[in-house]
Amino acid sequence: MVLFFIPTVLSLFFSLTRWTLQEWEFIGLENFKLYFSEENLRIGFRNTIIYAVVSSGLKVIIALYLANFLSSKLRTTGFIRSVLFFPTLVSTIGVGITFSMLMNPYEGVINNSIKSIAAIFGKVTDGPGWLVDPNLLPILSIAMVDVWKGVGIATLIYIAGMAAIPRDYYEASSIDGATPRQQFYKVTIPLVRPAMFSVIILSFVGGLRSFDLIWAMTGGGPGFISDVLASINYKQYTSGYYGLSTAGNVILFVLVSILVFPLSRYLNKKEVVM
Amino acid sequence: MFKRQESLKSKTKYRSIWADIIGVTLTVFIFILPFYFLVVNAAKGTSESFRLNMSPPKKWLLFHNIGKVVADHDWHVLRSTYNSLILTVFSVFFLVIISGMTGFVMHRKRNRASTVANWLVLTALVIPPAIVPTIWVLQRVHLYKTLAGMIAIEVAYGLAFAILIFRNFIGTIPKEIDEAAIVDGCTGWNLYFRIIFPLLKPVTITIGIIATAGIFNDFTNPLYYLPGDENATLQQTLFAYVSRYSTQYNLLFSDILYITAFPLLAFIFFNKRIVSGMTAGSIKG
Repeated sequence: MVLFFIPTVLSLFFSLTRWTLQEWEFIGLENFKLYFSEENLRIGFRNTIIYAVVSSGLKVIIALYLANFLSSKLRTTGFIRSVLFFPTLVSTIGVGITFSMLMNPYEGVINNSIKSIAAIFGKVTDGPGWLVDPNLLPILSIAMVDVWKGVGIATLIYIAGMAAIPRDYYEASSIDGATPRQQFYKVTIPLVRPAMFSVIILSFVGGLRSFDLIWAMTGGGPGFISDVLASINYKQYTSGYYGLSTAGNVILFVLVSILVFPLSRYLNKKEVVM
Repeated sequence: MFKRQESLKSKTKYRSIWADIIGVTLTVFIFILPFYFLVVNAAKGTSESFRLNMSPPKKWLLFHNIGKVVADHDWHVLRSTYNSLILTVFSVFFLVIISGMTGFVMHRKRNRASTVANWLVLTALVIPPAIVPTIWVLQRVHLYKTLAGMIAIEVAYGLAFAILIFRNFIGTIPKEIDEAAIVDGCTGWNLYFRIIFPLLKPVTITIGIIATAGIFNDFTNPLYYLPGDENATLQQTLFAYVSRYSTQYNLLFSDILYITAFPLLAFIFFNKRIVSGMTAGSIKG
């Protein structure tokens, strides 16, 4: 309580000041003006949204199919499930460093594989510059790694949801002649909705707030290409612009609120209708 | 009719073998290869690891390398291991105790206060914490740059999720159990710790694991609230070593492996429990 809500309220005030932690000077909306006038903020805004949408969208869809696959009768379910879940427990920083090595444009394993596969077909290519490309690619690459790391927990939530669906529905529908495919779309997906909402909300919020993976893999670079709001805030904090950083925090806070609260209300409404 | 069913049966069996093979191949390829890459490169000599390829090392130097990392920088890694472990153990302990009780009260008492608490929990789950003002508050109460302050932060940030899961799980425990205990003269603390808490074991383990992994691997919060070389946690050390070992990838990878060893151990011991705890109906938004 004290550590969470008081600072949140205080942040609304301090975002309006020039602040050195010891003293402050009231400067109105100056911070926000400054924040929005910065060129790289637009990139940060765009990246935050792209990152959150791509990583949570992929997690929601991939994990759904994975969970369905793992809920069917397989001998190796336990093994695959454990392997899938393990990255969740591993250090984000460690994962970030490892993948930035794998994605190294000149020496990295991924591009070397692409090169040798291309060579089989008689083509010469350098492979994409995963983390150094001047366009959107870096943030998308990081989002892929985020999916790699987070898909296990999403799958687990789905599996929990699917385990709660009564068997009778499947029996009834198969007597009516439904194929497994139809069962998946007409029975599993509608009934696994509550779990799907948890996955959507949790991964979307996580994506909007994400910082450590991005910081470990590119540090927001090259230049500001892969900066997100959270990393911009950190950069301002380390440069001593506390008021500006707090303003950034408030912007992130508002962004998350206006995106997530209507989304969760919408999802809840759908649930009631069902 | 009988024959048809027979053939259907064998058909599904056949398919599932292929599904097994494809599933395992894909998991190995996507999830195990990066770890393989990590291990072989951590075991190589410096110049060999610089080529960043998948080939096995000429000579296995894994323990030699890990030993080197641990001893480096005046045993800095040991110091940060200690910090990380203290931080994780105490945070998880307080988190589980507090959130379990809160969840219990929030589920059993239906009044205005619990509606407000509910709203607070959902809000806290979604909105990002305000960082710099938190530092200001911590400075006022003299907890900034201390492990105790960091523990308080981790507990505060972890509460919302833990309370939510505890509260939903407590919904599955019949009210009659508390009533029976109250009739037998068991109230308050006793009721909770003797009767309810033991029943929460599966979900407690799940939350314990998730919180342990989350706090042990937390990089962002110690970065803000616990600066200073002597306060560094393992994640901080690792990040600092990216530039320190920019020419010695083998040592960098050894450090990652050393850090990964802790969750790996927890995973081996608790793997079955994690999945069963999650499927115990605990996670439902």
